[in-house]
Amino acid sequence: MTTIDSAVEPARQTPFFQRPSTRRWLGRLKMLASYSILMLFALLFIMPFVLAGVSSFKSLPDIAANPTSLRFDRELGSPTLDGLNQLNNDRIRVPRWALNSAIQTGSVTIGRVMLATMAGYALSRLRFRGRWLIFSAVIAVQAIPLIVLVVPRFLVMKELGILNTYWGLILPLIFDGFSIFMMKGFFDLVPHEVEEAAAIDGASLWQTYSRVMMPLVKPGLIALTILSVQGTWNEFLHSLLAAPSNPDIRTLPVGLALLRGAFGESNPWNTLMAASLITTIPMAVVFFTFQRYFRQGVAASSAKG
Amino acid sequence: MTTATKPTAEAGGLRARLRKLQQSNQPQRAQIFNREGLWGWIFVSPALLGMIVFLAIPIGMSVLVSLRDWGGITPPFESEFVGADNYRELLFDDNIRRKDFAISLRNNLYYVLGVVPVQTFIALILAVVLNQKRLKGKSFFRTAYYFPSITSSIAVSLIFLFMFQTRGAVNALLPIQDINWLVNPNGIIHNLLGVVGVDEAPGWMENNEFMSLSLWEWASGPSVAMLSIMILVTWTTVGTFMLIFLAGLQNIPVSVEEAAELDGASWWQRFRFVTVPMMKPTIVFVISLGLIGTWQVFDQIFAISFGGPQKSTLTPAFLTYFQTFQNGEASLGAAIAVLLFFIIMAFTVLQRWLMRDKDRL
Repeated sequence: MTTIDSAVEPARQTPFFQRPSTRRWLGRLKMLASYSILMLFALLFIMPFVLAGVSSFKSLPDIAANPTSLRFDRELGSPTLDGLNQLNNDRIRVPRWALNSAIQTGSVTIGRVMLATMAGYALSRLRFRGRWLIFSAVIAVQAIPLIVLVVPRFLVMKELGILNTYWGLILPLIFDGFSIFMMKGFFDLVPHEVEEAAAIDGASLWQTYSRVMMPLVKPGLIALTILSVQGTWNEFLHSLLAAPSNPDIRTLPVGLALLRGAFGESNPWNTLMAASLITTIPMAVVFFTFQRYFRQGVAASSAKG
Repeated sequence: MTTATKPTAEAGGLRARLRKLQQSNQPQRAQIFNREGLWGWIFVSPALLGMIVFLAIPIGMSVLVSLRDWGGITPPFESEFVGADNYRELLFDDNIRRKDFAISLRNNLYYVLGVVPVQTFIALILAVVLNQKRLKGKSFFRTAYYFPSITSSIAVSLIFLFMFQTRGAVNALLPIQDINWLVNPNGIIHNLLGVVGVDEAPGWMENNEFMSLSLWEWASGPSVAMLSIMILVTWTTVGTFMLIFLAGLQNIPVSVEEAAELDGASWWQRFRFVTVPMMKPTIVFVISLGLIGTWQVFDQIFAISFGGPQKSTLTPAFLTYFQTFQNGEASLGAAIAVLLFFIIMAFTVLQRWLMRDKDRL
């Protein structure tokens, strides 16, 4: 109401849009508009997961009748655990796929962190011939996307005899240029005096690396671990290539993707939505626990770039 | 491999980055341990060996395989050497292979033209709105927007597959006639022209071809099915780019914003004449990440449409996979991959050239 009053008042000195009352009112309007935009997009980003969650507990007739409703129709048998009960049958093997995903994610992450830390330390601190050549090669090679290497990657795994094995699922993913680049960045931040002091105290190179340097790059280790867990758990293309004819080592993304078209017209949507959420939930837990590191990761990669 | 979602160290000039890293390393410390050279090699060799076997050798092999006629089963280097035949078939000979490749290029072109501007624009707007000082609940919104970026591309593809069903959530929300999103191969530009009464190609467009595809087909626009994949990918990637923009916005000195405000600049004027110019390096960075990422789209197409309906979601990345593993044409697949590599490298080089003078970003 104040605005209408002030608009009626004759104003000779200050123009209408610069009066304090108008500005306050415009400020509130701007805030209202901001919150509306933000809420609209928040709903757009969250609702698909909510709908998937509710649909997991619906009966198939209920989903067919009300595919968008967030309420259960009791007359059609919802809520029900029917969908979840089908997560482990002859075609859908979510427990097995989840186990494979966990084995793959754990092994790749351990390997990646170990190798990237060692290589990052050497490239950051140790003085040896060929260091810059290696580092430049790492940067050049890591820019090449996997999709353009599918044929030879497959061939190499075949030649090594690791196709259709856990080795094939894990080994090639361990070697990752970006991880080395990232760890080198963290070692670069440690002051030289730290190492020199350790050396003066008589520590060997290995002792300096494992007892002195490692604790100092702990934030880097955590960030790399999280990025690697997320990247590997969601990895699709490599896992698809590595298991062409062994359904026993399919991971969650591969198993889910190959379900497409397996049911013709009558998809068991409640089971499929539950399986999608089971794939999503572990990353949600990691994300909400370590949010800070995700944000730093994005910020770091854009700043470094 | 998630496509556009993962920001990599890709950005920025290689030379500039190396220079910066070299500087950050100064002053070099002297050797302080015995046999540092030996230890250096011991420390890098496991990673180096793996990268040679799984990255460097495959790069070379890509090219070699693409020069042969190999189906994918027999030992590859016993197959016939055919020189540039695969490339000739893809680029110059009038045949079905060139036509498929042309279709995939067209589809991906429209995909890029749709996804990159929209995701950049939405991400920038959200970041600017979210960056206001007095706003409450920032971390909630930031979390909500970023969350889709860290989830499995396949899992969200299934959720969107569900929502894009004819009787699904998307049609329920739209106040228009139900659309058969995922089975509709018609290009949206063709559809729009149909609304204004243009149902058939003008003669000159029908009769002129480029790479076995008539100009009318080139001008089809993305298919309705492709449009749903574009919506899905935009939905997934906006969060990451919003975070990059937020980081960039925080580098704009508060004093600049305040000065503009004191001078009586309106919200739009401040956005247009202060924020956008100061954010230009970040915008260039995000657009180039988008360009590089959108040419690699694979996961979503595999899970949602498998190239169909009627090849209208075929992309070079998917065609590589399809020719190699479904069609028994591994050499052709490798040749497509090499061509795709050049497309992506072109954008990478363009990006580095655009950002050559930037100290930051």
